[in-house]
Amino acid sequence: MGTDTCYHCGDNCVQDNIVYDQKNFCCQGCRTVYEIFSSNDLTYYYDLQAAAGASPKITECKYDFLSSEAITDKLVEFQDDDMQIISLYIPHIHCSSCIWILENLNKLHKSIFSSQVDFPKKRIRISYNWQTISLKELVLLLTRIGYEPNISLEDYDQKINKKEYTLIYQLGVAGFAFGNIMFLSFPEYFEVGEFWIEQYKPLFRWLMFFFSLPVVFYAARDYFISAYKGIRSNLLNLDVPIALGISVLFIRSSLEIIFDWGSGFFDSLAGLVFFLLLGKFFQQQTYSFLSFERDYKSYFPVAITRILNDGTEDTVPLHHIKKGDRLLIRNEELIPVDGLLLLGNAKIDYSFVSGESAPVYKEPGDKIYAGGKQLSGAFEMEALKSVPQSYLTRLWGNAIFQKDRTTSFRTLTDRIGKRFTIGVLTIAFTAALFWLFIDSGRLINVFTAVLIIACPCAIALAAPFTLGNMLRIFGHKKFYLKDSQTIERLARVNMAIFDKTGTITTTKKETVSYQGMDLTLAEESLLKNTLRASNHPLSRALYDLLAEHDIVTLDEYQEHIGHGIQGAKEDGQIKIGSATFVGNKSGLANQNTAVHISANDEYKGCFVFHNEYREGISNVFNSMQSNMELAILSGDNAGEKSNLEALVPLGTPLHFNQKPEDKLDFIATQQQKHKRVLMVGDGLNDAGALAQSDVGIAISENINVFSPACDAILDATKLPQLPSYILASKQAMKVIKLSFVLSLLYNVIGLFFAVTGQLEPVIAAILMPLSSISIVAFTTVATHIIGKKLS
Amino acid sequence: MSVIYVLLTISIVVAVVFFTAFIFSVKNGQYDDTYTPSVRMLFEDELVKAAPEPESKKLNQPKENNQ
Repeated sequence: MGTDTCYHCGDNCVQDNIVYDQKNFCCQGCRTVYEIFSSNDLTYYYDLQAAAGASPKITECKYDFLSSEAITDKLVEFQDDDMQIISLYIPHIHCSSCIWILENLNKLHKSIFSSQVDFPKKRIRISYNWQTISLKELVLLLTRIGYEPNISLEDYDQKINKKEYTLIYQLGVAGFAFGNIMFLSFPEYFEVGEFWIEQYKPLFRWLMFFFSLPVVFYAARDYFISAYKGIRSNLLNLDVPIALGISVLFIRSSLEIIFDWGSGFFDSLAGLVFFLLLGKFFQQQTYSFLSFERDYKSYFPVAITRILNDGTEDTVPLHHIKKGDRLLIRNEELIPVDGLLLLGNAKIDYSFVSGESAPVYKEPGDKIYAGGKQLSGAFEMEALKSVPQSYLTRLWGNAIFQKDRTTSFRTLTDRIGKRFTIGVLTIAFTAALFWLFIDSGRLINVFTAVLIIACPCAIALAAPFTLGNMLRIFGHKKFYLKDSQTIERLARVNMAIFDKTGTITTTKKETVSYQGMDLTLAEESLLKNTLRASNHPLSRALYDLLAEHDIVTLDEYQEHIGHGIQGAKEDGQIKIGSATFVGNKSGLANQNTAVHISANDEYKGCFVFHNEYREGISNVFNSMQSNMELAILSGDNAGEKSNLEALVPLGTPLHFNQKPEDKLDFIATQQQKHKRVLMVGDGLNDAGALAQSDVGIAISENINVFSPACDAILDATKLPQLPSYILASKQAMKVIKLSFVLSLLYNVIGLFFAVTGQLEPVIAAILMPLSSISIVAFTTVATHIIGKKLS
Repeated sequence: MSVIYVLLTISIVVAVVFFTAFIFSVKNGQYDDTYTPSVRMLFEDELVKAAPEPESKKLNQPKENNQ
């Protein structure tokens, strides 16, 4: 047993150690990839980054559906007489070696014209000659070199999402106009009354006017729309004073130049819109390689093998499955619909659906449900429902998935906006009334000046810049949030609910304890060697946990799928497997997963597997309980109850055997009691709960693989940091409030000029950018300090 | 002083040219992926024993708009 690492993928060579070309490989797959690369002079792959590869996992027939033209037509982007272009998502893309090899695919197969990687999105666009290499062959080629693309139902239902460039265009227009107007308005700032200026004043002013037209009618469009919508639904959001400020600025400036009263405020107007849009743009932090909107479609297969009445097989798209169809489910395939098992034995992993970690055995005649994964061999089933009507997929029919949370949540800025608007209008009218009696000629001037100077540019910038910064800081700490609003919701949470399996327990490691009679040395060696031959996940786990023994060749080895394994050597014989298989008469009822052992037909005992809890999980609970309630909801049985109780603070409610709907209902009940709920989960079975909660965080050990729809994705290694992340989001909200105070100060200074009727364009032009820039600087420094504390 | 008209016209034309170039580049998807090209340009033209493949071809290939 060497502990050499594989030259291709970097894993330890535990089972096999293949030496080829003086290099170690952990499996035939890795060796084959190396062979392909070296025979095509592509070994530079290993120079760029050592051990960057992945072992190819080829399941024959998996991509048979790509032979069907109806399906490929839906997947390809472009097709003409000999060229096809396809864009594929490849989760394994992670380093420069990957980019290099994937952009040199044309050396592996001459029918590939070119390929281009989009690293942030983990996608590759390949153009190839489909007359000489079919899509199926192309996908198999990628799979063979360890870059298996992920083709799911989602790609098939392609909703062509047009890229949103509008904001960038608006920003471009505003920036362009802002720069030019600034430079055109400069001569007039100093009012020197020279002949030269007097002569060209109208030209400069009208140029400014024309530059500001696209700013008001295109770049600032969204503010008017949002303000109009707000007023119509009796909401005074912050966009109302902004829209009011912009229109007053534009109208007053236009009147000023028409009647030659002054030069207008076009520079402030363009600057204001530019800064506002900059804030908006800054807030848009997207993690393009992550998806927060996933549902079952992302990992259901595109097509499934159907068995016709005459015994032939064909491939049908998932949507075409009708009640009564006979389907063939292969090893490692997902069951797409609820149905009856007809032929063969099924061992189904329902962890995606129920959170139950142990696989379930089914025999012909049993009902099986969509979402389970077949773990051993192939079986035939009869569909009893269509895909949308199946038990798992019905969950997405729940109204909670149609609700857009962003519209129902009122942000801090919106709540401030209402008071602010009322305040500004009050001041404007009071000042106008005052001047009505003193000097009615100045009335309009003062009234508009108040609206202009109080335009809450700085207030509107505080939240986007703070939250945008926080999003980026969290992203560096492997906590990926869907949008900036999530931070605000996270700061207000007062109850946290955790799922058990896969969330607070690891999916990788399990601890094992032995209960029963001691085994002799010969029996132990036999046990270890019998396990060596088996590929069952429990056997593998147990094998890794047992002490080292010399490798011996067994005289006899049999695997009984779904029951257990048996091995014999010279005089010893051993059976490993389920209680009934090894003949456990004691009827020891254990709710945990267990592997029973009998030697020479005498029952010895069993190895009981326990969930391994993530490190630091009890610290997470202890630090969170001080300021919020906790609860555990698990889809698993109560076998772990005693272990769990030791970890959580006393009196924390633990609920077991929770179905996906139960979790959703539990959260809804808590919300009716005015709890703001944080849900932490990991699987599809938590999807409903994650959607129902105020903030849903998905824990993921590999963020590229799968996570259900949620508000945030947290890398599993960072779970112990969760309390400090919540604290940081609370601090971020404090920063926003401080910024509000700061920008109100600026407004007070500006209002002094406005109310006394001495607001000159040059003052507005200085005050506006100054307030905006200082707010941005303050929030940047403050969030940076918060980020420093996080590490 | 009417030279000011000429100067203004020139400056605005130049600004508009840059502005349209910006809009054009966004539309073309040049800002979609700002990371991969930075890695791509560092690849060595490794030794090729087989038929020589112009490696630099990829670097100056126009990006197709695929959105």
